[in-house]
Amino acid sequence: MAGSTLASPTTNSNSLEAKSTSQSPGREGWRRFKRHKLAVFCTIVLCIIVFAVLLGPWLWRVPINEIDFNARMQGPSWSHPLGTDDLGQDLLARILYGGRISLAVGLAAMFIAISVGVVIGAVAGMSKGPVDVFLMWITDLFLSLPALPLLLLIFYLFNDKLKKLIGPEAGVFILIVAVIGGLRWMPVARLVRAQFLALREKEFVEAARALGASPWRQVTVHILPNAMGPVIVAATIDVAAAIIAESTLSFLGLGFPPDIPTWGRILFDAKDHMDVAVHWALFPGALIFITVLTINYIGDGLRDAYDPRRVL
Amino acid sequence: MNESEIRRLIDQVRDNGISRKQFIRHMIGAGLTVPMAAQMLLTSGLAQAQTASNYKPTKRGGGGALKVLWWQGATLLQPHFASGTKDQEGSRIFYEPLGAWDADGNLIPILAAEVPSLANGGVSRDGKSITWKLKKNVQWHDGKPFTADDVVFTAAYAADPATSAYTSGSYKDVKVTKVDSHTLKVEYQKPSPFWADPFVSAAGMIIPKHIFESFKGATSRDAPANLKPVGTGPYKFVDFKPGDMLRGAINTNYHEANRPYFDTIEMKGGGDAVSAARAVLQTGEYDYAWNLQVEDELLVRLEQGGKGKTSIIPGGNIEFIQLNMTDPWTETDGERSHPKSKHPILTEFAVRQAISLCIDRDGVQKFIYGRTGIATANFLNNPQRFVSKNTKYEFNPDKAAQVLETAGWKKGADGIREKGGKKLKLVFQTSINSPRQKTQQIIKQAAQKAGIDIEIKAIPASVYFSSDPANPDTYTKLFVDMQMFTTTMPQPDPEIFMNQYLSDQFATKANKWLGRNSTRYSNPEYDKTYLAAQSEMDPVKRAALFVKMNDMPVNDIAIIPVVYRPRVSAAVNNLVAPLSGWDNDLWLLKDWYKNT
Amino acid sequence: MFRYILRRLLIAVPSLLGISLVLFSVLALAPGDPFSDLVSNPNIPAEVALALRQKFGLDDPLMVRYWNWLTAMVQGDWGYSFISRINVETLIMQRIPVTLLVIGSSQVLALCIAIPVGVYAATRPYSLFDQIASTLAFIGFSLPTFFTGILLILFFSIHLDWLPFVYRADIPETGWRFFWEHFKQMIMPVTVLGLFQAGALTRYVRSAVLDIIRLDYVTTARSKGLSEKVVITKHVLRNALIPVVTLVALQMPAIFGGAIVTEQIFRVPGIGSLIISSMLANDTPVVMAVTFVFSTLVIACNLFADILYGWLDPRISYN
Repeated sequence: MAGSTLASPTTNSNSLEAKSTSQSPGREGWRRFKRHKLAVFCTIVLCIIVFAVLLGPWLWRVPINEIDFNARMQGPSWSHPLGTDDLGQDLLARILYGGRISLAVGLAAMFIAISVGVVIGAVAGMSKGPVDVFLMWITDLFLSLPALPLLLLIFYLFNDKLKKLIGPEAGVFILIVAVIGGLRWMPVARLVRAQFLALREKEFVEAARALGASPWRQVTVHILPNAMGPVIVAATIDVAAAIIAESTLSFLGLGFPPDIPTWGRILFDAKDHMDVAVHWALFPGALIFITVLTINYIGDGLRDAYDPRRVL
Repeated sequence: MNESEIRRLIDQVRDNGISRKQFIRHMIGAGLTVPMAAQMLLTSGLAQAQTASNYKPTKRGGGGALKVLWWQGATLLQPHFASGTKDQEGSRIFYEPLGAWDADGNLIPILAAEVPSLANGGVSRDGKSITWKLKKNVQWHDGKPFTADDVVFTAAYAADPATSAYTSGSYKDVKVTKVDSHTLKVEYQKPSPFWADPFVSAAGMIIPKHIFESFKGATSRDAPANLKPVGTGPYKFVDFKPGDMLRGAINTNYHEANRPYFDTIEMKGGGDAVSAARAVLQTGEYDYAWNLQVEDELLVRLEQGGKGKTSIIPGGNIEFIQLNMTDPWTETDGERSHPKSKHPILTEFAVRQAISLCIDRDGVQKFIYGRTGIATANFLNNPQRFVSKNTKYEFNPDKAAQVLETAGWKKGADGIREKGGKKLKLVFQTSINSPRQKTQQIIKQAAQKAGIDIEIKAIPASVYFSSDPANPDTYTKLFVDMQMFTTTMPQPDPEIFMNQYLSDQFATKANKWLGRNSTRYSNPEYDKTYLAAQSEMDPVKRAALFVKMNDMPVNDIAIIPVVYRPRVSAAVNNLVAPLSGWDNDLWLLKDWYKNT
Repeated sequence: MFRYILRRLLIAVPSLLGISLVLFSVLALAPGDPFSDLVSNPNIPAEVALALRQKFGLDDPLMVRYWNWLTAMVQGDWGYSFISRINVETLIMQRIPVTLLVIGSSQVLALCIAIPVGVYAATRPYSLFDQIASTLAFIGFSLPTFFTGILLILFFSIHLDWLPFVYRADIPETGWRFFWEHFKQMIMPVTVLGLFQAGALTRYVRSAVLDIIRLDYVTTARSKGLSEKVVITKHVLRNALIPVVTLVALQMPAIFGGAIVTEQIFRVPGIGSLIISSMLANDTPVVMAVTFVFSTLVIACNLFADILYGWLDPRISYN
């Protein structure tokens, strides 16, 4: 929970670096972020993954769907650095190709969930009375909706129209991101609202109000930055959940066509063959794990960087 | 194979020139079913082979618990409301029919004292009436005696339209009368070549009159006995949790001596096929698992543990591809895939031929289905690798490319062929199922080499196989260019199976797409042959007609058979479970035992 | 506060009705129907399927169907399953004990792991313990349950042959063997599910405690000479608990139908597997009944959480 006064100085006695030149909070935050070694390292790793996924298919030119019955379920080798699956398709190529989709879905769905959740939670937390009750009713409604029939319904209603508008792959992508993101904002909304309920009664907010700050300013400058703790945790969890949710959807036939090798899909195909082809499940699983790890440490770094109480 | 050739083979069997088994294999090669072949011999006066029983135990009970895994759990226990085999199997533990089909297609008496035939007077000369003699001293689980009244009641119950029984098709056109307490007569309106439909196998399970008579017609679904069955079977009902667990205990008054062997039976439902296979073949937690739709190489790997083995039993199911003869992309009279419309690309024979040449059946068999899917060129049942003289299959994408080239389809800049402004692009749908998706991928890749662009679509099975008229993705609608699924032949006789190519069976908006002809294939010759076969009493002539019917849609390449699907199950090593591909897995549950 | 509670309770009823209407519409409009098996079976005449659709009112307009359902529900008749012709209450009641036992235990396990670990990690941020705990938490929620479940099965059931992996709800043994058998078959599903949930929960607890632990009043408490344990339990935890309470309240309804994949893999006959098989078979009465109970639980748990906020942090007011 955010506090009221500055905490006592922590370890760093070099804090006399505090300059006389004033810096904007943004640049100040960036400077402090750079000192958070783990976060910087993770940013680099994440960038490597993103670039590999974007540029990889140009550098590693093995086709993703070349079926070769003689090379089934082989472990890593020079011609197939990450091995092959049960139809002999090269895993490195598939992982690079599918990575674009998995990362895009994960990040996009996460952004939707977080944005919608923060907005609704903030509005509900700031207002009392009917608006709060109504927004919480909507939240409860979405929480009660059974995912599967809802997904079937949405796909059935919108899939063909979107396909005609922007082509099959983009259409499916939008639907999936909308559905996954659209069903994960509720915990974020409730968490943010809980934070707001507590924070808006604190003295520093009252002080800001007394100084004439508009509600908008109170929220954006004073309350929201202090409420970000659980939001950042939710963001990391949502990326992983979105990637996994996409694989569950495709298992039910509602996601990308089954020949598109998203990470979750590869993991799903590999699950029955783990006793003979460990590499098949190991690599996509490890990649999901590393992506989640890096995003989380970056989030931690961001939070520490912008935390006024911590002197870095 | 025509009629005279078949008759010649029958004479050879009669003269002991060839064995019954060899005759049956010849018939199968021509595309007929085992029971049809057996029936042909029967009606030609060649007595049924007596199948020796391998049942060893010498006393009733003492075998402990039998645990079976049905990964689609039974949800109700009334055989006449059983829409799928899982419910039929659940009911089969407690109920029995008059007769059942064994693996060789012979009719085995269960509640009947003997199988009706010309010789014993059970089958009348004109083929219009059958007399069944019932076994005596059979009791229901509650102690009341089993008589002909129960059989007559079952027929009336199923035939009553107010009951909406799923088995009504077998009973609505027959008249059943009681002759005496253990004899009854079944009369058909027209001479019926295949009379062994009512009271036989899954549709023929007899239900007790004294329990169900207050729940006929409209109130039939409220009967408590729907969930607490009272039958004549080897096990009595103990407990039932729909979709999860079904338990039975030994019936000490069972009508056959020394049977059943096990003291209790437990049928667990839920989960998926792979873990079911593991539970039997790797950990031995369960004794038997049904319908293992699993890649064969996985099964082989699991069998290597040595704890159990898989059984592959031939049946009548075939995985095949349908090509749409009508246009699914434009609406005619407000309807897509209207029978009057013509498909812009697929009506050209060269294109269909090219597609057929891109199907690597051997690859699909070898790398996807293994023993569970055998490459075939016939629609009507081809279990051995006999190639029928009339149909054959070939995999040759280069030849496909050539065929298209000569037909005027030139490759465009993107590698996809086009002609007259039309691109050779097709949408190919099927249900969600790992082997099917892999098959789609293999076909897509080969087609790409020939210059055909195939877009893969996979639909959840519950949507694909539904009857909802508002849903565009059902398989009967075929609102895309090609589709693939397994069509099942639940009965040994192909007459109902083959009606899916009749012109009057088109699936249209008017009949809410409940018609069975989804390719909208239309061939007047086929319609004529079918009509002839329906009233043909001579089984040999009839068989020849069916062979002819098989060849038509296949040679016109309106359909492309891919693999023939036998039934796959797994059992622990010491379990002896006689299985039949023409009936439920539990058809002879009374004879199951374990070697100790 | 009391008036707030009363107001919320009064509003709960119409909000539940509203939710039920939306749920019903979604189910009615979604593609698929309960009689799909009939279509692929050539032996069943088309009239049977049509007659059944009429009998169950599947072709009636939406509002008529909803009204029928609502009036029946209010009178205590939860409906009749299309597929198994059994009362929906019976079906649900059969599954509740197992659900509470297995899924409930996993929630408890998750809490028992997450709270101590999260708190301890927050008191020593970036230490070795924190790094390991966080990494394990990440592994927990970035690997899907179908994956970890199968991994455990391969290892413990198949390779080591220690544990059965098919869950049996009725075990004929008695006495202590009964408990032992139940325990053995519960370990894997509870572990799989518990670890998955514990992963996320640990991170939330850690984040919430971290927010508090640097505040002045905590330093004050420490400098007063209070033991670390007292500082944590009496001063830190109560304030850190608000996000945790939110999350637990959000998680509770998931017991009733959330653990679909785990139930599938281990064949646990809980509400989750009931709901998925009913959804796939389009058995609307069952799905409607379960989702209705689920939404009641959601509303109740969130209301309870809101009340708890007021108790945990006296500054929070709803007026």
